[in-house]
Amino acid sequence: MSAIADPKAPFVRRNRRTTRGNTELWGWIFMRASGVLLVVLIFGHLFVNLWAGKGIHAIDFGFVAGKWASPFWQVWDLLMLWLAMIHGTNGVRTVINDYAERDTTRLVLKSVLALAFVVVVVLGTLVIFTFDPCPAGAPANLLPSFCHA
Amino acid sequence: MWSWVAHRVTGVAIFFFLLVHILDTALVRVSPEAYNSVIGTYKNPVMGLGEAGLVAAVVFHAFNGLRIILVDFWAKGAKYQRVMLWVVVGLWVLTMAGFLPRHLMHVFGGGN
Repeated sequence: MSAIADPKAPFVRRNRRTTRGNTELWGWIFMRASGVLLVVLIFGHLFVNLWAGKGIHAIDFGFVAGKWASPFWQVWDLLMLWLAMIHGTNGVRTVINDYAERDTTRLVLKSVLALAFVVVVVLGTLVIFTFDPCPAGAPANLLPSFCHA
Repeated sequence: MWSWVAHRVTGVAIFFFLLVHILDTALVRVSPEAYNSVIGTYKNPVMGLGEAGLVAAVVFHAFNGLRIILVDFWAKGAKYQRVMLWVVVGLWVLTMAGFLPRHLMHVFGGGN
């Protein structure tokens, strides 16, 4: 003979989480830290490739091969690739979140963004590490001078 | 407000160029001829003006980004945010004055 009615919910459901930990905070910090590094990396990149010497006219296969013969520029460009892509992807993600109001639109745009990020970063990284400055069979006048030695 | 809009617009524009730029550089892995022919298109005057615009966007985004960091972390940052915007504009003018004549000389002054 129970006088008390059964409770409507047999157990208490845990409150839905309203935050996703500190991910957004770390993203915010990353944007600032990577931003400072990117100012140095990209200003250096623009100075060497566009301002110094013959500027844009000096850039060809031999120019790139000459730079990547040095681990200094390999590391420089690799850092620039990763930091700029993460910084830029996170920035565009913020813009999508702000302006795409429908859930499906946001999902589609962010999926395309994530796919572009993965493809471009993997491709860029592979190119820096598997690059051959003196490919066999290429015309000698297009290659850096150290290939002939 | 307008610096915030300009930061977003330049940021998105730079990001799309970055995607194209990584893909065109990846052509060094295909063949010297493929890379040279595509990078050759960057050397015509129309693209040269585009590069000037791109550098202008990068330089603004860089200096304004440093301003945002100062507003966030420097105790007096918020107080001086408006002054710092003029510092950003001033540094942008100086940097472009150092870059533009030389770049336009490269683009229009011949070479190959």
